[in-house]
Amino acid sequence: MSRYLLRRLLIAVPSLLGISIVLFAVLALAPGDPFGELTTNPNVPPEIGAALRAKFGLDDPVLLRYLRWLLAMLHGDWGFSFVSRMNVDQLILQRLPTTLLVVGSSQLLGLVIALPVGVLSALRPYSIFDQIANTLAFIGFSLPTFFTGILFILVFSIYLDWLPFVYRADIAASGWHWLWEEFKQAIMPVAVLGLFQGASWTRYVRAAVLEVIRLDYVTTARAKGLPERIVVVKHVLRNALIPVVTLVALQMPAVFGGAIVTEQIFRVPGIGSLLISAILANDTPVIMAVTFVFSCLVILFNLIADILYGWLDPRIAYR
Amino acid sequence: MNERELRELIAAAKAGRVSRRALVGKMLGLGLSAPFASLLLASAGIAQAPGETQYKPTKAGGGGLLKTLFWQAPTLLNPHFAVGTKDQEGSRIFYEPLAAWDADGNLSPVLAAEIPEIENGGVAPDGKSVTWKLKKGVEWHDGHPFSADDVLFNWAYAADPATAATTIGSYQDIKVEKLDPLTVRVNFAKPTPFWADAFVGQFGMIIPKHLFEAYKGANSRDAPNNLKPVGTGPYRFVDFKPGDLVIGERNPSYHLPNRPYFDRIEVKGGGDAVSAARAVIQTGEYDYAWNLQVEDEILLKLENGGNAKGRVEIVPGGNIEHIQLNSTDPWTEVDGERSSIKTKHPLFTDPAVRQAMKLLVDRASVEKHIYGRTGRATGNFVNNPSRFASKNAQWEFNIDKANRLLDEAGWKRGQDGIRAKDGKKLRLVFQTSVNAPRQKTQAIVKQACQKAGIEMELKSVTASVYFSSDTGNPDTYRHFYCDVQMYTTGMNAPDPGVFMRQFLSSEIAAKDNKWQGRNICRWRNDDYDKAYQASENELDPVKRAALLISMNDMVVGDPGVIPVVHRLAVSGISRQLRARLSGWDNVLWDLRNWYRET
Repeated sequence: MSRYLLRRLLIAVPSLLGISIVLFAVLALAPGDPFGELTTNPNVPPEIGAALRAKFGLDDPVLLRYLRWLLAMLHGDWGFSFVSRMNVDQLILQRLPTTLLVVGSSQLLGLVIALPVGVLSALRPYSIFDQIANTLAFIGFSLPTFFTGILFILVFSIYLDWLPFVYRADIAASGWHWLWEEFKQAIMPVAVLGLFQGASWTRYVRAAVLEVIRLDYVTTARAKGLPERIVVVKHVLRNALIPVVTLVALQMPAVFGGAIVTEQIFRVPGIGSLLISAILANDTPVIMAVTFVFSCLVILFNLIADILYGWLDPRIAYR
Repeated sequence: MNERELRELIAAAKAGRVSRRALVGKMLGLGLSAPFASLLLASAGIAQAPGETQYKPTKAGGGGLLKTLFWQAPTLLNPHFAVGTKDQEGSRIFYEPLAAWDADGNLSPVLAAEIPEIENGGVAPDGKSVTWKLKKGVEWHDGHPFSADDVLFNWAYAADPATAATTIGSYQDIKVEKLDPLTVRVNFAKPTPFWADAFVGQFGMIIPKHLFEAYKGANSRDAPNNLKPVGTGPYRFVDFKPGDLVIGERNPSYHLPNRPYFDRIEVKGGGDAVSAARAVIQTGEYDYAWNLQVEDEILLKLENGGNAKGRVEIVPGGNIEHIQLNSTDPWTEVDGERSSIKTKHPLFTDPAVRQAMKLLVDRASVEKHIYGRTGRATGNFVNNPSRFASKNAQWEFNIDKANRLLDEAGWKRGQDGIRAKDGKKLRLVFQTSVNAPRQKTQAIVKQACQKAGIEMELKSVTASVYFSSDTGNPDTYRHFYCDVQMYTTGMNAPDPGVFMRQFLSSEIAAKDNKWQGRNICRWRNDDYDKAYQASENELDPVKRAALLISMNDMVVGDPGVIPVVHRLAVSGISRQLRARLSGWDNVLWDLRNWYRET
């Protein structure tokens, strides 16, 4: 097991290097200039833009810039944002709690919906409940989040005037009042993301359970006279959930990456909105750091999924 | 003194030949009471003495939270590093300049005790220096007294190229000296008619010497206070998340009595302009929304919807959406660059073609169908302040006249309907940035050109490429490898002095200066250059305005550029909020006087 882990971690190093090279090259080749806005300003002499570019080493060859970035990254220095003139890790840490809260709870919501609904539909396939759940699931994952987001704002903020549609990370209140305000502002973004995620997971859970429930050992368990609850939870779910766990684990990096579109719509100050504003401002160190952290997480959670897989299903051996 | 004399005097004051103060003095001598004299002047259209405002609250604080939405949020809070106006706005909550520009382009004192004038000895008659008297008893948020040393330091800080301040343009050519602890003198190398640049308005915010002294020059980026401003402004720093949030709380020792009204201010960023407009006008979730670049149709719908909680406020500034005609040949490469100054444009060398182009821009439709209240059709490049706006430039949209002009000049229609002369076809490529109103404007121009036998190919470039300073990319507006292009440019101060440099022969963008020259349409005119030189040293405001107006007339008359619309700054404001906005300064220039009507 530990040899397997070590080997996987060693394989991860060249893949991360490769990813970073590709990311850096793409960003270096992309047009745009973090100080572009200065050059359109008639009051700022052109030398300032040039001096800033020189100061931040933007005029150096790509290879040199990459090596410099890599060396700094190895020292744990994530870089320095051109636009905000502060350290990138600080910028990311500022955004992390909101992202974890909003995207994390939306994933939870998705799971809370998908598991029972998926299992129930599979237990009684083609019943009324299954038909309704299926229809809703199809609607849920065919509507893009930017559409449902705007729809929610129109209905709940503008017509009904129940919920705020601007997410504020600093609610100046305490105790229950604070909690209530936080809850109110989080409902819409969490619901938009959670329902979307839940809809596709429901389909997945249903398919997985359907596959397992027809197997002989389930029939045997029933024949033994075990109560239905135990059959479902112990015999069906444990096996059906193996692929679902993988799916959810692979989805985890997205929790850190945030949800770009939804964050933009509700002004949620998460990592997704940091990334999009960094891209719009050509703030390469921030883009590089966020995307790189994201790829690290993808690799890490791939590994975790593989290990979980083996733990849930002892038939799988590590070699 | 009879009425005629009085009227002449007022007219003189209006044109700027006599200062308002001198005029009021004369009127008082005539036995008129001061309020009456002020009233007379106000009715004659002469601005109120700066600083006069209708501020009703009788005590500081108690206003609760002021919620503002900036869809582009501040990303840093050092005014000397501000990359765009969004950063200036964020800094403006905490930092203040010596004086600010009001909506009419007049100066209003902030950290200065009074506005320098020739009459009070502030402005030297030779135009080579200006003396600022600072307000007494001003304190930084940490309790340090504000003094001339701080002003001096800001000059040294910003002027040092190693600091890489974006405000360097306002400070590098001046010398500042301290006369006493509350007086500084700004010295200019040559007579400077427009002296109100350094320490004024958006480039003039002053940072404290005692906190930034150790961080002048190369290590400027390490200053901890770059992210934690300590200023003199009405609100003190609480929290800052770049790109998301700025929070300030009331400064209890603010240097104006009974101000500020609000206990806290929040600047929330992100999202888009349309939903920002909604949050202020429709739902009232926010009090103020910045820079609503939204089609006027949508704004009108929001405003006229039932129980709208806010309104749109539009203030004119100096932004002009204009079309440039390339004077050089964009399709021939000379010494490794196209649009080289050594070439001439094959079609635009004929004045008839340029004049015809001028007649083919349907500004009325552009205003009516695209910009609405947010842009005014204009024939002038400089529209504001009114003292610099030319009365001569007329504009008209007339396809028949354009056809006649082209016919007379010998451009004959071919079988495909496109005019040609000497084997050269009237084919033009028109580029601009990707932006819905611009693409619509392009279509309107193209349609009219088609009717006049000019074939126009439209091209749109992503804004991040089009406006970049990338020397390797041929699609930037600076390279102008195209016949015609359109974008907005603007003046930052209510004075077109710097702004009009963009048509000087010496400023032509070329490979040699890495396309950093300001003259992008490569238009050249010796008379213009001479007029500009004269205007640089002309101290008589009326003569100088006349020179600048004549320059405007030259560049739109024999068109180097075709002005389209004068674009105005649009804000959303809640019905209760009272805020004076200005097109010449940051929108938060008068934040200290903002209050909520109850």
